[in-house]
Amino acid sequence: MGFARVIHPHTLPLLADTRANPIATPSLFLGSTRTLRHTLTHTRSISSAQRRSVVAAKVSDVKLKPTTNLLVTKEEGLEVYEDMILGRVFEDMCAQMYYRGKMFGFVHLYNGQEAVSSGFIKLLKKEDSVVSTYRDHVHALSKGVPARAVMSELFGKTTGCCRGQGGSMHMFSAEHNVLGGFAFIGEGIPVATGAAFTSKYKREVLKEADCDHVTLAFFGDGTANNGQFFECLNMAALWKLPIIFVVENNLWAIGMSHLRATSDPEIWKKGPAFGMPGVHVDGMDVLKVREVAKEAIGRARRGEGPTLVECETYRFRGHSLADPDELRDPDEKARYAARDPITQFKKYLIENKLASEAELKAIEKKIDEVVEDSVEFADESPAPSRSQLLENVFADPRGFGIGPDGRYRCEDPKFTEGTAQV
Amino acid sequence: MAIGVASFNLLQPVIGNYFCLIDENMWGIIRQNVGVTGGLSSQGLGNHMMRLRPVASAMRNYSSATKEMTVRDALNSALDEEMAADPNVFVMGEEVGEYQGAYKITKGLLDKYGPERVVDTPITEAGFAGIGVGAAYHGLRPVIEFMTFNFSMQAIDHVINSAAKSNYMSAGQINVPIVFRGPNGPAAGVGAQHSQCYGAWYGSVPGLKVLVPYSSEDARGLLKAAIRDPDPVVFLENELLYGESFPVSAESLDSSFCLPIGKAKIEREGKDITITAFSKMVGYALKAAEILEKDGINAEVINLRSIRPLDRATINASVRKTNRLVTVEEGFPQHGIGAEICASVVEDSFGYLDAPVERIAGADVPTPYAANLERMAFPQIEDIVRAAKRACYRSVPMSATA
Repeated sequence: MGFARVIHPHTLPLLADTRANPIATPSLFLGSTRTLRHTLTHTRSISSAQRRSVVAAKVSDVKLKPTTNLLVTKEEGLEVYEDMILGRVFEDMCAQMYYRGKMFGFVHLYNGQEAVSSGFIKLLKKEDSVVSTYRDHVHALSKGVPARAVMSELFGKTTGCCRGQGGSMHMFSAEHNVLGGFAFIGEGIPVATGAAFTSKYKREVLKEADCDHVTLAFFGDGTANNGQFFECLNMAALWKLPIIFVVENNLWAIGMSHLRATSDPEIWKKGPAFGMPGVHVDGMDVLKVREVAKEAIGRARRGEGPTLVECETYRFRGHSLADPDELRDPDEKARYAARDPITQFKKYLIENKLASEAELKAIEKKIDEVVEDSVEFADESPAPSRSQLLENVFADPRGFGIGPDGRYRCEDPKFTEGTAQV
Repeated sequence: MAIGVASFNLLQPVIGNYFCLIDENMWGIIRQNVGVTGGLSSQGLGNHMMRLRPVASAMRNYSSATKEMTVRDALNSALDEEMAADPNVFVMGEEVGEYQGAYKITKGLLDKYGPERVVDTPITEAGFAGIGVGAAYHGLRPVIEFMTFNFSMQAIDHVINSAAKSNYMSAGQINVPIVFRGPNGPAAGVGAQHSQCYGAWYGSVPGLKVLVPYSSEDARGLLKAAIRDPDPVVFLENELLYGESFPVSAESLDSSFCLPIGKAKIEREGKDITITAFSKMVGYALKAAEILEKDGINAEVINLRSIRPLDRATINASVRKTNRLVTVEEGFPQHGIGAEICASVVEDSFGYLDAPVERIAGADVPTPYAANLERMAFPQIEDIVRAAKRACYRSVPMSATA
């Protein structure tokens, strides 16, 4: 693949700028600082799998300069802002708690990527599903899992959303349709594809006519090289499943730069190769993400099939709290810190008179209180009791088999007292 | 990954000859024993085997008619009935639809239930196993077919990490009512990469249930139980058993027939020695028991039916009765099923053992291709006989395969 010049990690942000990249045509990139050309015509699905289709967005809407045609209403704006602040404050609190020893194991924080989570998930209904990776705290929060439940889970307490049995990397919530939380990268993608398959199955086989639930699969740039990802792109496009593959391309997979790991770093291109639209969006700008998300989710709901969305974003912290983060260039970090999605959105809200400083400060204060409260709650919650060790291994606990007395082990009232001799 | 499924039809005569080589003496023995009541004298062994006289089947003590059914038909009928009963059940795998199933287990289902419920997939084990798991998260009941369980290694992450562990990780919020099924273990001459037994691998994972049917009744009852079970089930079949016919009782033909998961079956009662086996080895164990009977050793044969949960109660009760144990399996010996059974017996019934536990397993080598080498790589009936005699402290001739 020929880039016009050697791409060095430092210049990677310029990938977003189509002036540097002769491959991507300007009309396909919504994150460009240039306005989109009016030749942008594609709106609905393209019949030919060859051509890349483009997410529709009114050209004027995507300009950075505010116009009268705002992308969000005040309520929506405040909702999104609150969600992003919650994500940021929560993750910062996690870091604090980790260094105080309240949280342990592997903890992966989402700072800097809030625009992707809020931009996508705030458009979903409760019945839609979200599948994530180990960097899943904020996805769970955006989907509606209470901060208290997530924090308790991280502390390993029995009041956590998974009663302390999952942990940081395994956030599940049946109520909010958060289907995990997976430690293996790429593992969530087939599971998400299955959830989308169910939606289609319910509509076609079980005849629940209005079942238009969509599924979002979040994963990173490293995962985009994994076999399961391609297998699912193929099947999702083949069977036109209502799924959106959201790549949170933060350019780094622990210490492996995306450019060192990938033959063709432009991940969105992998979509059209499988017959679905591939879109690249500036993942530091929540409004742009939201516009792309609207179109992709709309496509899926209408039964037009999957979309691959590559969000160019950045994580301000290391891969995990155990990562010394020495390989990333401080200049690169500074450049992205200047594009902090929360600061950008705050500016947008204020400049467009959607909210006042005071209102935003009130939201920040409220979130601070929510997060503090969640820490207190988690602190005071009890650790799981001994009997919880053997619970929930099976939905049908007769799976533990028959004990020496000939009865099912689970029928023995002392069974869950937790002896090693199962 | 393609294993030349076109050769499927060619395997049948090969199997017939294969069995004939080792069994021709035995048939004589069995025919002599036809007049002896009690215990299973033999099973119907396939359409082109020497047919047993009707007399033999009439010796059975099944209460009802002697209807016979192949394991293949048993599995097919179980799938058919479960799909008819519950619209959430669907089948997914390679060649399950238009090809009618790589081993014809899903024959006729596509025509009956349509392509949305009998889903042909591309060659993407990890992908479609994961899709099954995701569908199960949302309450559908997928039956995922692996063309052989060797291919499940491409999807093992999903079987273990996203299926088996999810109910636990989500603290009971999300259970996974999925069945992973397919042929397991060696066939005939299919080489090292198609012959491994995965019972021990999956049997060690908490959160999974692992079932190993032997007869048609086992196949029907256990598959139905597996499909109805709210937890992930790994259902290990055996390619060479598909064509074998077994008598089935009228009760087992009923569409609500289910066998309990975790309960082993005593196929043959005895008092001198316990032989545990599963899948195809049950047939071998039964034949070995016949031979041992002639030498005055009365063997009890246990058909495990379920590797996880393992029916330790039945095994231990049997060992306490007979005081000797031989475990038989086709898988690799180290960390195998026999090792687990031996440990269980030593823990629970050590005082009852009169002899060390004899463990018969496949040879500790990747499966060779040459027919004579392959024969040496897997337990044969005479190996079981020899081990039983050793456990009974009878002198046995040394053998190269010991």
